Amino acid sequence: MDGWIILIILAALILFVIGIYNSLVRLRVQVRNAWSQIDVQLKRRHDLIPNLVEVVKDYMGYEQETLQKVIQARSSAMNATNIGDKAQKEGMLTGALKSLFALSENYPDLKANQNVAKLQEELTSTENKISFSRQFYNDSVMAFNIKCQTFPANMIANMFNFTREEFFKVAEEERAPVKVDLR
Amino acid sequence: MTAKNLIPCPNCGYENSPRAVVCNLCKEIMPGAAQRLRVKEEKRRKEKTRVERSSFYAEKDKNIRNSYIILFAMIAILLLLGVSMGGAYGDPVAGGVIALIVACAISGYSWFSASSLIMSMSGAKKIERGDMPELFNVVEEMKIASGLPMPDVYVIESPAPNAFATGRDPDNSAVAVTTGLVEKLSRDELQGVIAHEMGHIRNFDIRYAMLAAALLGSIALISDAFLRGGLLRRRGGSRGGGNPAMLVLAVVLAIAAPISAYLLQMAVSRRREFLADASAVEFTRNPNGLASALAKITADPAPLESANRATQHLYIVNPVKNFSMKARALMSTHPATEARINALRRMGADIIAP
Repeated sequence: MDGWIILIILAALILFVIGIYNSLVRLRVQVRNAWSQIDVQLKRRHDLIPNLVEVVKDYMGYEQETLQKVIQARSSAMNATNIGDKAQKEGMLTGALKSLFALSENYPDLKANQNVAKLQEELTSTENKISFSRQFYNDSVMAFNIKCQTFPANMIANMFNFTREEFFKVAEEERAPVKVDLR
Repeated sequence: MTAKNLIPCPNCGYENSPRAVVCNLCKEIMPGAAQRLRVKEEKRRKEKTRVERSSFYAEKDKNIRNSYIILFAMIAILLLLGVSMGGAYGDPVAGGVIALIVACAISGYSWFSASSLIMSMSGAKKIERGDMPELFNVVEEMKIASGLPMPDVYVIESPAPNAFATGRDPDNSAVAVTTGLVEKLSRDELQGVIAHEMGHIRNFDIRYAMLAAALLGSIALISDAFLRGGLLRRRGGSRGGGNPAMLVLAVVLAIAAPISAYLLQMAVSRRREFLADASAVEFTRNPNGLASALAKITADPAPLESANRATQHLYIVNPVKNFSMKARALMSTHPATEARINALRRMGADIIAP
């Protein structure tokens, strides 16, 4: 009789550990997926920019400097190696694109062009997708890290070497609010 | 009271408390007041963002709990109905079993075919990426923000701005929007509406709505069958081993159950709208987009012809507009837009309800 009780308690304990282990694995997979989603969107942005520059340069001949900045930011973002570097370079690219779009407001012909409108919609959406995938990544990291550190999951996390994941931090200049001079 | 904390007014010399913004006597602005006000404002802003972060999770938990209670209440009504009717004929257990079988059959049918039935009933057509790239992009953005699989996108030809989601789980889900919604709303507002629909999908509201409708259908069917069949049998004089008290109870329940189940379904639906609004804020981090979309959709006078009583509870704002004000409170499938915008304001929106 006593043997049975011990056996049942042991079985319950093992099931409990398996449940927590699986939920930790699930959360970690979600974090990895969310990270690859950011990569997909960043790559899509890199692919779209040459097309945009190609169409836009006929209209915006006087804005060579801005166009050059976008092209440079793109190539340096593509060459970024580690995560911190990547986050910073991609932030600079976002800034360059923003100023390009702001300038394009001055060219009515450009805004009337169907191709430009299409490309601009694609790029705007890609920008949104980048920030939403980053948001989802950070939320997933938060959920995973909380699970790793709270009782009783922290014991199992330590046992199987689940380590905390890094947040995707936004470059400083990107997070700063846009300054608008109305004078 | 010590005098050392008091600050004299530079204009009249009256000694004011150190926290005073204007002089108590002459209303002159006190030195350093601007600085103190700035600090206060800063503090308030910090508190506001803290509330914003915590509140959508809190609202979500509360809503999920309430929906479970309501669904269980409906199952209890169904069982009570079955048992009392069985009792009226002498076998309570058989009555309960039959009620459950009917409910399972109807739920099973809607599990597999309700979604396509609803779409064809609403005149919605499935679209691909090329048909409406902007709408598709917005849905993709919200798919990414919510971490869900991509739902099918349907469009209803109608100038009335509205939208709904349906399906049985996130892998078999669909979002339908009217052409009026895409035309009349800004990108931020459209994003808010799609986020609300993705919220319905993520929270399994689409499944709850389906099950609640199936349970309500079963209760109505059983009540109806009893009231008609019961009268026939009595005429035939075969009341057998039935319990007269049970018969009275069964008749009362057969009349009251469909009505109370209907009211419960409406309550499920209202709860779920608040929950989906909270989820939309979680996905977009922008309560203003949805708040102004709700105001715009409610204010729009165009009617949505393809919506009816059977599908009204699915839409983001109830498309059936000819409701009397009194009926609204109890029978309506949606909370008042004003209440929803106020809830969004608690999450940080600064749109004022119309």
